[in-house]
Amino acid sequence: MPKITFPARFEYLDEIRDLVAQTAREGGFTEKAVYSLQLAADEAASNIIEHAYAGVSDASFDITCDMRGDSIVITMRDTGKSFDMSKVKQPNIKADLSERQIGGLGVYLMRKLMDKVSYESNSTGNMLTMTKRRG
Amino acid sequence: MEISTQEFKHCDLIKVKGRVDSATAPDFSKALEKANNAGRFKIAVDMSELEYMSSAGFRALLATQRNCKKYNRGELVLVSVPERIREALELAGFTELFKTFDDTVAAVGSF
Repeated sequence: MPKITFPARFEYLDEIRDLVAQTAREGGFTEKAVYSLQLAADEAASNIIEHAYAGVSDASFDITCDMRGDSIVITMRDTGKSFDMSKVKQPNIKADLSERQIGGLGVYLMRKLMDKVSYESNSTGNMLTMTKRRG
Repeated sequence: MEISTQEFKHCDLIKVKGRVDSATAPDFSKALEKANNAGRFKIAVDMSELEYMSSAGFRALLATQRNCKKYNRGELVLVSVPERIREALELAGFTELFKTFDDTVAAVGSF
């Protein structure tokens, strides 16, 4: 699938989830896995819109979503602010209500829902790659 | 996403339908805050027709649960949580923070 460019706005999350679901269904993923893939893609795209492009209007980012063998590979490329994914603190999912932190939950879910999540930054932008094998 | 609120004597029943993501979560938050601002801290959220919820929705639930439980004045409970959404809540460790009920009668009756 060629790359698709989406405006960096939350209103497009629906379309992004539809795109991922279509590729995943064609690739033979179960409906449970399709939901997980949609959620991971949504969290990734939301992070780009909210953090990489914080305060930037008219930004956009590119998505590809393909089957490679029995795995789905989702990539998102943006030219916004980069972040060090390895430094995103894992939220304490056992903490009491008063101490529960919501920050980092998106990245945590992406890592839990996908087999592999990698993130690279260079002078041309940031590239997130998420992979999941069909069970 | 569609939201409707029904006020009962002992609690508010807030039904959220469709999809809650970063685009729609602010309106979901507003509905929950509106109840709190009216002094209503016993809230049952009916998810029977909810198709999807991302962490943006989880954040709204968490913030409201904190506010409701302050001074022991109430609690937010979840009703008819669809399986996929329950699995995501579980993954995030959220299921321990909310009582869940299978139907609205049981949820409303719990207050």
